[in-house]
Amino acid sequence: MAFERLSERLQAVFRQLSGRGKLGERDVDEALREVRRALLEADVHFRVVKEVLERIRARAVGEEVLSSLTPAQQVIRIVRDELTELMGGANQGIAFAPQPPTVILLCGLQGSGKTTTAAKLAFRLKQQGRRPHLVAGDLYRPAAVEQLQVLARQVGVPCHTGGPQAAGDAVEAAAQGVAAATEQGADAVLVDTAGRLQVDAEMMEELRRTRDRVKPHEVLLVLDAMTGQEALNVARAFQEEMELTGLVLTKTDGDARGGAALSARAVTGRPIKFVGTGERVEQLEPFHPDRMASRILGM
Amino acid sequence: RVRGRVDEELLAELEESLLEADVGLAAVEAVLEALRQQASAEGLRSPDQVLSALRALLAEELRRHQQSLATPPEAPGVILLLGVNGSGKTTTAAKLAAQLGGAGQVILGACDTFRAAAGEQLQVWGDRIGVPVIRQEAGSDPAAVAFDTVQAARARGARWAVLDTAGRLQTRSNLMSELAKIHRVVERALGRPADERLLVLDASVGQNGLSQARLFGESVPLTGLAVTKLDGTARGGIVLAITRELALPVKLIGVGEGVDDLQPFDAGTFVDALFGEGSRSGADA
Ligand SMILES: Nc1nc2c(ncn2[C@@H]2O[C@H](COP(=O)(O)OP(=O)(O)OP(=O)(O)O)[C@@H](O)[C@H]2O)c(=O)[nH]1
Ligand SMILES: Nc1nc2c(ncn2[C@@H]2O[C@H](COP(=O)(O)OP(=O)(O)OP(=O)(O)O)[C@@H](O)[C@H]2O)c(=O)[nH]1
Ligand SMILES: [K+]
Ligand SMILES: [Mg+2]
Ligand SMILES: [Mg+2]
Repeated sequence: MAFERLSERLQAVFRQLSGRGKLGERDVDEALREVRRALLEADVHFRVVKEVLERIRARAVGEEVLSSLTPAQQVIRIVRDELTELMGGANQGIAFAPQPPTVILLCGLQGSGKTTTAAKLAFRLKQQGRRPHLVAGDLYRPAAVEQLQVLARQVGVPCHTGGPQAAGDAVEAAAQGVAAATEQGADAVLVDTAGRLQVDAEMMEELRRTRDRVKPHEVLLVLDAMTGQEALNVARAFQEEMELTGLVLTKTDGDARGGAALSARAVTGRPIKFVGTGERVEQLEPFHPDRMASRILGM
Repeated sequence: RVRGRVDEELLAELEESLLEADVGLAAVEAVLEALRQQASAEGLRSPDQVLSALRALLAEELRRHQQSLATPPEAPGVILLLGVNGSGKTTTAAKLAAQLGGAGQVILGACDTFRAAAGEQLQVWGDRIGVPVIRQEAGSDPAAVAFDTVQAARARGARWAVLDTAGRLQTRSNLMSELAKIHRVVERALGRPADERLLVLDASVGQNGLSQARLFGESVPLTGLAVTKLDGTARGGIVLAITRELALPVKLIGVGEGVDDLQPFDAGTFVDALFGEGSRSGADA
């Protein structure tokens, strides 16, 4: 499971520190070097790591911590505070529109898990007694529409693929799909989009036009938990173009350390709302940053 | 600056560049230590000298293992593609099939019988490039599809069979056993192991790439890597850590979603791009 190794590493640092009576700046620096190493090995972006370590160091050597009676405990508290802050607070689910349907747009890089996540969200909403519909907005990837249709059948929800007027226009297909879903009484509409690189100006422009047409209440960036430093650039670019409302971290069922999620959250300020925990449609879980932080930090 | 010693500030900058390219801390530290020694031994002082020494060092590491695609002893040659979910296996299979001669020369095997519409995806590609696709119903045994594909390639006198497999995370041991079985069945059908067993790696992957190479390699001995999605800004630096540890060559790079967007690997170009310079797309690779 993602974040597990990070947790082991950080707790080893804390154990080391706890063993000390007095602490000097040297000891703090040594501990912070280990924290840095743990975060980098977990794929947190090096700039994010740098910033958080500067904050920790400033507090640790500034707040009369070192001269206190329990310096090690104080330093550990500061590290925990700052990393908890980095992860985010309580769980935030889908923010439903006051007037249904709630339109949810999924976007992200190629292969990150958008189509699967759209179906998983539909499954989840259906379990909760809602009437979700899926909309196919990827007209590029071979058999992307068929993939969504197969998943929609598995979940047991309608899937809209855009009428003949869409004629290969992804924006039009998404808009028509949302209109059809609304007409048929959907109370939530999940719009799948084609994967794209954040540096592909034309494709990003298409995504923006899709957003302007379907007016989503939620714009979710779907991010692969195995992503490295690139997560920061990706999240920043999608945030600038799309005004994201949240993140979904996929493929957390492997041994990825998941630091990409921290970079993405740090640079967008948006919460991780869900995590994907497998390939099947029921394998999506709400994310609780505060609980995850406690687990990682051994609290 | 102290005479005879490398500027630590410069080294710190280089460290950040390499970290940002996903080379990973352990490999970065090892490489910079080698650079530090070389620089003081050879009296390299100017940033330009140090940087070009570093590039040469990295390119040399990659070139040491470099190898082109295998030449099979007899037709059909078999290429088995494997990797985690969404890395680009199916697309790479199609690109490869087109590059290896397309119609009449190659047969594609749709051994992903699990993911929704995986067979259809490969079929669309096959139709596009005029290459037959061997498929079975969704949910059927992927090893049986692999076997059929090798047999079909032989029967039709194709020069190559390219096998697409389902994405799987390397920690799923039952799925890794399934892959090992595909490998065994191909070996039985062919009378030798598949000529290429390529791990398809997404360039945006971080440190997990190393775990992928280790664990996939434990199930199916790998012959190399295919690194996809290098048309973006992701640099795929984990490849350096992988070649250092596992001595695996990069054989192919993917630079787009089109059928022609597959290129041979060039160590020099790859290293330049690690530092955010140049681009691997187009004719410069
Ligand atoms: N193990 C695991 N696999 C996942 C998860 N989410 C998605 N996948 C798999 O990841 C691969 C890519 O998923 P897709 O939903 O096709 O990704 P996409 O973002 O729609 O891809 P494009 O449309 O090509 O950009 C598929 O093999 C999925 O089954 C997850 O949480 N865990
Ligand atoms: N930009 C870019 N996109 C790529 C490249 N290679 C593949 N893709 C895209 O990445 C996504 C996933 O590719 P697939 O070939 O379906 O990946 P896969 O490994 O077969 O996925 P699963 O079978 O679900 O595990 C698709 O949207 C492809 O078009 C590449 O070199 N560059
Ligand atoms: K990926
Ligand atoms: Mg998709
Ligand atoms: Mg595939």
